[in-house]
Parts: sequence; C-alpha cells; structure tokens
Amino acid sequence: MRSCALWKSYRSGVMKLSDAAEYLKEYKGRELRLMEVCGTHTAGIVQNGIPSMLSERIRLISGPGCPVCVTVTEYIDRLIALSHEPGNVIVSFGDLLRVPGSAGSLNQARAQGADIRFVYSPSEMLTFAKKDRYRTFIFAAVGFETTAPVFASMLSQAEEEGIDNIRLLTSLKTMPKAIRRVSDGIDGFLAPGHVAVIAGTDAYKRLSEELGVPFVVSGFTGKELTAALYALVRLAGKEEAGFLNLYPRAVKSGGNGKARAAVRSFFEAGDAAWRGMGLIQGSGLYLREKYIKYDAGSRNLDMDRNVKGCRCSEVITGKCDPGDCPLFFTKCTPEHPVGACMVSQEGACFNCMKNRI
Amino acid sequence: MDGIIDKTHGAGGSATAELIRDIFREAFSNDYLEPLSDSAVLPPADGKKIAFTTDSYVVKPVFFPGGDIGRLAVCGTVNDLLMSGAVPAYITAGYILEEGLDIQDLKKIVCSMADTARESGVKIVTGDTKVVEPADPGEPGLMINTSGIGFVDISTDISPANIRPGDAVLVSGCLGDHHAAILGSRMSIKNNILSDAAPLVCMVSGLIGSGICIHAMRDITRGGLATILNEFSSSSGLHIRIEETAIPVSEEVRGFCGILGLDPLYMGNEGKCVFVLPEEDQDKALDIIRRSPYGEKAEVIGKVTSDPADVTMRTAIGGVKIVSPLYGEGLPRIC
Ligand code: SF4
Repeated sequence: MRSCALWKSYRSGVMKLSDAAEYLKEYKGRELRLMEVCGTHTAGIVQNGIPSMLSERIRLISGPGCPVCVTVTEYIDRLIALSHEPGNVIVSFGDLLRVPGSAGSLNQARAQGADIRFVYSPSEMLTFAKKDRYRTFIFAAVGFETTAPVFASMLSQAEEEGIDNIRLLTSLKTMPKAIRRVSDGIDGFLAPGHVAVIAGTDAYKRLSEELGVPFVVSGFTGKELTAALYALVRLAGKEEAGFLNLYPRAVKSGGNGKARAAVRSFFEAGDAAWRGMGLIQGSGLYLREKYIKYDAGSRNLDMDRNVKGCRCSEVITGKCDPGDCPLFFTKCTPEHPVGACMVSQEGACFNCMKNRI
Repeated sequence: MDGIIDKTHGAGGSATAELIRDIFREAFSNDYLEPLSDSAVLPPADGKKIAFTTDSYVVKPVFFPGGDIGRLAVCGTVNDLLMSGAVPAYITAGYILEEGLDIQDLKKIVCSMADTARESGVKIVTGDTKVVEPADPGEPGLMINTSGIGFVDISTDISPANIRPGDAVLVSGCLGDHHAAILGSRMSIKNNILSDAAPLVCMVSGLIGSGICIHAMRDITRGGLATILNEFSSSSGLHIRIEETAIPVSEEVRGFCGILGLDPLYMGNEGKCVFVLPEEDQDKALDIIRRSPYGEKAEVIGKVTSDPADVTMRTAIGGVKIVSPLYGEGLPRIC
C-alpha cells in the first residue's frame, strides 16, 4: 500500500524536510481541501509560517478541534450564573474567560465582583479548595479526550483526600463523531495528535476507511507538520484513503490505556451540543451517577445563540473562511471578540487574524 | 525590627517612624533622603534635558527565582530611563504594604532595592508608605511604585522615527526568562529558569559612549519583542524582517514554552532590550553589548527594509509569517 511506502521513507530518513517542502510548494495536482482537526495544529501551522510554503492548490481548513470554539453559549451562561451565587468560586483556563455567552463573558462577571480565577492546571483548584473549605470551587472543565484524564486524576485525588467543596461544570467532548459531521468536501485530515496519544488511532483508521479519505496523525513541530502534510497531499492527491501515524514517538494504536481507564471510571458518554454543529449523539463525557456530587449541572446545556452576522458555525465546520465573516476584523477582534474562534489561541479566526491570511 | 505589618505602620505615628528609620533609611541612606523632609531637593540639571518616568510593580509571588519585587521595581524604572538615552540619577519608592506582611520579608526586599540602586548608580531620594488590607489574607504582599529622573544630553535623539532601511535589529540576550520564571513559580514547576531582572546601565551607556548612533531602543517587557517591533515598524513606516533561528532563547525556556504553548516573542523580560542601529555599526555594537554585564547572549536578529510597514519572520523550517503584536491578555501579570 502507498501509505506503507511513505511511512518507510519517513522512518528511514529518506524523506528530507527540504524535499517535502519543495513538493508542497510545487504541487500541481487536483485542488485539495485538507482539514487540520486539532486547534494546536492550527496554531502550529501559523506559528511555523506553513501557509506560505504551500502551493495554491492546497487549502488548509481549521476543524472543530479547538475546545473553547465549540463551546455553546448556554454553557458560558451557566458558568456566569454560578459565579454570581454566593459562596461559589469559578476556576478556569484563561481563554474561556473572554468567550462571550448570550449576555456577557466571565471576565465581565469578574469585573462585577464574581470570584473567578484563572489557572494553568486544574490541580491548582485543589489547593484553593483545601485552603478555603467554606466555599465551593467550580472548574470550567472544557476539553477533549486529552484533557479528560487531567480531570479524572484531579477527582481521584479529591476522593482520596476527602475534598468535597469542588465541582466540575463539564463540557468535555470526544472527537471522532464530530469529524464525521464536518467531513463533507474534505479531501484529507491531519488527525489530532494529542487526542490520539490518549484515545489511540483505531477510530481514525476506521474513519478513513468509512469516508474514503486519508488520515495522517501528526506531531506539532514545524518539521512534523511539514512531513505530515507532505504525506497527506501525496495520498489525497491520488484520492487514496489510508491511515498513517507520523507521530509514533507519542501515539500508540491503542492509546494510553491507563488514562482511558481513569476517564472511564469517572465519566460516561452522553449527547453533546457543539457550537455551530448542533447536537452530536454520544460525543460528550459526563460524570457518572456515582460521582454526581461533583457535578455542577452539566447536562442539557445545549442552547447556542450566535450574534447576528457571526459566521462562527460555518468557520468551525470549514464551510467558510474567517475572512468571509462580515464581522471579521471589523466588529470582531481579539480585543473585542464576538465569537469564540476569535478568543482562543487555537481558534481559526484568531490565527487567521494573527497571520492576516 | 520584627513581626508583621499592621495598620499602625501606615498611620503616620511612631510605628511609621520606626519603620522608616529601621528599614528604609537604614538601607537607602544618602544626602538627599537624609533630611527626611516632605520632598527631596535635588541639584540643578546642568544644562541637560530631564527624563522622568514612573511605574508600579504588583508581581506575585514577591520573591521569585532570580529576583524579587524590589529588584524589579528599581530595574524597571532605571531601564525605562535608559531607553530614552538618559543617565538614571534619582528614584522614589512608594510602598503599599498589605497587613500581615512579614517585616523580615519587607527588609529583604528593601535591601534588594538598595543593592540594585547601588549597582545602577542611582539614589533613592524620597518615598512613602501606606498599609492596606490584604487582597488574599493567606498571602499578604506588597506593591511598589518607583518614579525616576535621569539626565539626557541635549543632542541625544533616540526615536523609532529615526529608523532607516538597512538598519540592523539586535537583541541583548535570551527572550522570555522573567516571564517563564514567574509563571514557573506560580505554577510550582521545578526548573532552573531564573528571572533576568537587571539594570542595563553599563550596556546602554557603553553603546552611547562609543558614539554609535542608536536609532531606536526599547526594553523588552510586557507584550514581548513582537509588540515592540510592530510599534517600531508602524512609527517608522518600514518593514522589519527577523530570522527565527537567530533569536536567542535558552533551551530551558524553549522547553517550558513548548509545554505551555507560549511563544517567547510575546513574553516579557526585565533585563533585555532591542536596539535598531545602522548596519555599519552592528558588529561594533554587538561586541560592546556582549562584553557588558547581562549582554553575553546578544544577537543580530534581523534587518529593516523599505518594504511596506510590517513585521515578518522567516521561520526555522523556511516559511514566512507575519509577526503580529500581542493580542488580548491571556497571561498573568509579571511585573
Ligand atoms: S470573525 Fe468573529 S464573529 Fe466572525 S466567525 Fe470569526 S469569531 Fe465568529
């Protein structure tokens, strides 16, 4: 199989970066629409100046893999409502604070006096909670397969130490079904490397067969992204399906069994609403009944209100470019974001703005 | 003097007097401070222009790897004066102390300010103290404001408007150290990254004294190198092209940034600056910077061209990207 030969040349070092780069620049085959699913890939592509290295026939489209971008407004609204209840402290990763809900953002709630703290790691919340037992600390648990284990390990520490004043408002999602939802008109996928580290690659192999397009798992450095794009263009250019793992130092086909087991013990699958994509069955992770005491009311937060004119839904699903949105860089800027894709460092609009592509 | 700060230390009575005598006067002692009157009376400026600046420091934690809020408060103001071509001379120190602060900690911070002032050749000539309730009773801290006066030769004119096509862009050392040190200690990550908080007096006066005509210079603090270069580009109307492979970043900071998804181009330092100067002076300048304290890792990182105003970078893998200024905030305060 073609993908095998590609893999061998990559492994043996025959595929040089300069050859791959030249191929991508000179590519004259059929027009390709390739989707990088993962937000970290979007950021890495811009960071490394990769769009400037591609032939005009290759278009990269950012997919639904930025966790903040696919969070619906009702989730933000619920966080804001919780933040105003006495005794509550909201703890979150930075990006989420600026995401607009249907009426304001967490940052605005903070300016009105709500106690909202921004951390780099959920374990910081346990430190807060131990110091101040009379208040309830609620983590805005947003993320994909990659982040879920972090919350599982935080909960197991909380269980062990008997810390009972913490809650999670979860908006945890799993990727494969969302990829199927946006696959229309896409000729190949850069599969999410981080997700595959945890979840393994089997799901992507199956998707590749089912959709008949290639999937290449990529790492995050400039070299890794270039090599993966090269492989993807080689396959997609010939309309070959196929699956390649070009991130083998981190990704094993079965994923990380331990992390998955930890997630399974605390969370179960359920339906989840994705911004711009609607409800996707079984694509969410929710706390199991046994641990429901840690839940801050995460289910059924499905409503999503877009501001008039905002085309976030189409951007997230790859149906339009950020530049096609009438609000892009007029009403919607990184300082005053209208949609979530302009807030997150991994968002399509933010990155487009940053590179002015 | 021992114990913790309480309201009486800010009340203007005997406890305040004791604090001033035992902590501040002892550490800073000089002729202008000594009368302890309402204002310091300084000698005439001797036909020079006066540069005047102020900045406030609210960093947490107040002690961090490689420095503390006191060193930072002096370096920040000294470096701000230097960047306008001034020789820093006098600074003030205003303290907002939170109730519960350990007086020994305050003493350490004040001594660190005195040491840094001595290193920079400036005198701390007047000050003020207030006591407020702590924002977080578990971690009482302090905030410091420093203002500074420096003297500039009548003929000195350093401004981004002077930037010309062909100019070289130099940075004085590795990017991101201070930012990474603060983040690391806030997140209790163990590593060897130290803040680079340092006064750049020798480096800048060495350059000015050598007769090199510096077109623009700026200390690389909040917003990082990327934001400064964008300001330079828009005020000069010229294009700045930098090379990713030439930009000095220590291995440790690079690793730290990799894990957290940070970009050293947007991270703050407290002892690094960027210079734009004529290409013919670039080697001489690089030599002077590298031989001065805190400048060993200096590099030429790019060039000014007459292309339309913008900042671009050739990446390590050969791509070209636009380097935008810092958008949004995202990161915790670091100074
Ligand atoms: S520019 Fe703003 S409003 Fe338009 S799609 Fe992007 S994030 Fe949404």
